[in-house]
Amino acid sequence: MLPYLGCIILFLIGIYAILTKRNLIKIAIGFCLLEYSVNLFFAFIGYKKDALAPIYANLSQARNFVDPIPQALVLTAIVIGLGTTALLLSVALRIYEKYKTFDIKEIKRLKE
Amino acid sequence: MNYLPLFTALPLLGAFLIPLLSKIWERLSDIISNVITTLLLILSVYSLFLLPIFGKVYVYEIGKWAIKPIPLGIVFTFDNLSLLMVLVINLLSFACSLYSITYLDNYTARWKFWTLFLLMVAGLNGVAITGDLFNLFVFIEISAISSYALVAFGVEKEDLEASFKYQIIGEIAGLTILLAIALIYAKTSTLNMADIANTFAKESKGPLFWFIISLLTFGFLIKSALFPFHFWLPDAHSQAPAPISAMLSGIFIKVVGVYALSRLIFNIFGLNRLNASHYFNLLLILGIFSIVIAGFIALKQENYKRLLAYSTISQVGYIFVGLGLANFWSITGALSLIFAHALGKGLLFLTAGPVEKEAGSLDIHLLSNFKKRMSFYGIVYTLGALSLAGIPPFLGFFPKIFLILGAIKGKRFEVAIILGIFSLLTLAYLLKITNKVFTKKEGEEVKGVSSIVISFLFLVFLIFILGLFYLNYLEPNLISKATEAVISGVEYARLVLIK
Repeated sequence: MLPYLGCIILFLIGIYAILTKRNLIKIAIGFCLLEYSVNLFFAFIGYKKDALAPIYANLSQARNFVDPIPQALVLTAIVIGLGTTALLLSVALRIYEKYKTFDIKEIKRLKE
Repeated sequence: MNYLPLFTALPLLGAFLIPLLSKIWERLSDIISNVITTLLLILSVYSLFLLPIFGKVYVYEIGKWAIKPIPLGIVFTFDNLSLLMVLVINLLSFACSLYSITYLDNYTARWKFWTLFLLMVAGLNGVAITGDLFNLFVFIEISAISSYALVAFGVEKEDLEASFKYQIIGEIAGLTILLAIALIYAKTSTLNMADIANTFAKESKGPLFWFIISLLTFGFLIKSALFPFHFWLPDAHSQAPAPISAMLSGIFIKVVGVYALSRLIFNIFGLNRLNASHYFNLLLILGIFSIVIAGFIALKQENYKRLLAYSTISQVGYIFVGLGLANFWSITGALSLIFAHALGKGLLFLTAGPVEKEAGSLDIHLLSNFKKRMSFYGIVYTLGALSLAGIPPFLGFFPKIFLILGAIKGKRFEVAIILGIFSLLTLAYLLKITNKVFTKKEGEEVKGVSSIVISFLFLVFLIFILGLFYLNYLEPNLISKATEAVISGVEYARLVLIK
């Protein structure tokens, strides 16, 4: 149960950072934490107590394996996360070039 | 119908080829992407005639991983609802890519635009045809990431700001959906949507079930920009380049938001008015709030594209009212509105491009002092606006009628009255632009540009001709069948798994 609790705490820290931080880079870090917590949660799902890694040549007898599918899915999710994080940071850098600041209080040209 | 993977493979191939070949001759990227969107349009129209031969659903097993004894492999499932979405996606992406040939003269690096555009089309088509839950997430992310980049395509201050906001909000939605998928996998140990439907049908609906539903609803309502999750949409859709605004408003929010949500709640979780009336009432109420609030905000907007963006939120409200009433008539109305709004709002956003180029601004107040006449764009805009507001000969008339009929059938007369009144409000705020920007002009006439004019004529022709043949052709052959696919609920699972 404890690892899941860690997951939730990580998730909440991420949400907290996104909601309260004013610096674009810190928001991006908060987003990364959010993503890691979801990935971690996904990886935990496949875990079974006292189970083997799902690599085994001789399958003549039944064995207790961990579920390999969440690991494969998390790999995909990590790659997607890499893409979004890279895009997020490059947009943040472009914003810095234009506005000369990372502070979201000063980046508000879009108002009603 | 074993060409089904081409719907995603062709645009992915194009997105891969364009960066390589455009080094030789940059205009080659125009040709490649237009050939691909034309082929996709031909394929989707061909599927319209081919699907009835295969029955209600066609299942494509990727890599021949048969799903019949144990559903392990990824599948593409193509039923009438997917057909409707694929048709809408490819009609609008065809028009937008035609339009962009001339429009992109305003920008540098046109091949980058085309690469991202084709990636977005690939993702959207993938969302519409996939039968695998994780695959759905991957396609949502493919289309979402390319749309974030496309919103920032102009790299002006406002574009970047809008893109950053859109990205944070969109990714929170994406991660919520991923979390829900993780929980679903933990509960059912399968990712095949039909198999998930079967597993959930056997179990009682406990708190975890409703937690999953609420996570998914939260994620997809953000993606479809329903009130109160609408705040990112006006920025993102008004700062994107015109063809991208058209794609985002016209189909992106509907495929990634409305389609994906309705596929999951109706076909996978088997919710309907009888077993989850509170859930549908929630959608209904949020839909009505969207219609009312976004409608009034749109009325006082002073920017051409922001006004249209708020109008999109209000129209999404109509679609959710249709889903929330969840009877045959209202869902027919919601699905027809997806069709009519994609073409109509696409057309309106596309007119913003040449207007901005001529006048140098999209501020309605400044535009009203702009002296040149733009009568062609004015006529095109007004026809689109009339269709969206639901004026009889055009396509947009029928969805509103079906929604009102659905409200009456569902004994929700107050909803029917609100829908009727706010159609007039739609007309008022859309014609505000006609009135201020396109009428009472003197001076020289602005000349239309080739490919932009062709794409406008294509969309106007569709709105008009589909309106004329709506009751004779479109409704019985496409939309009522798609409605049946939604209404029949977990029947989807039976059709996919047991053939």
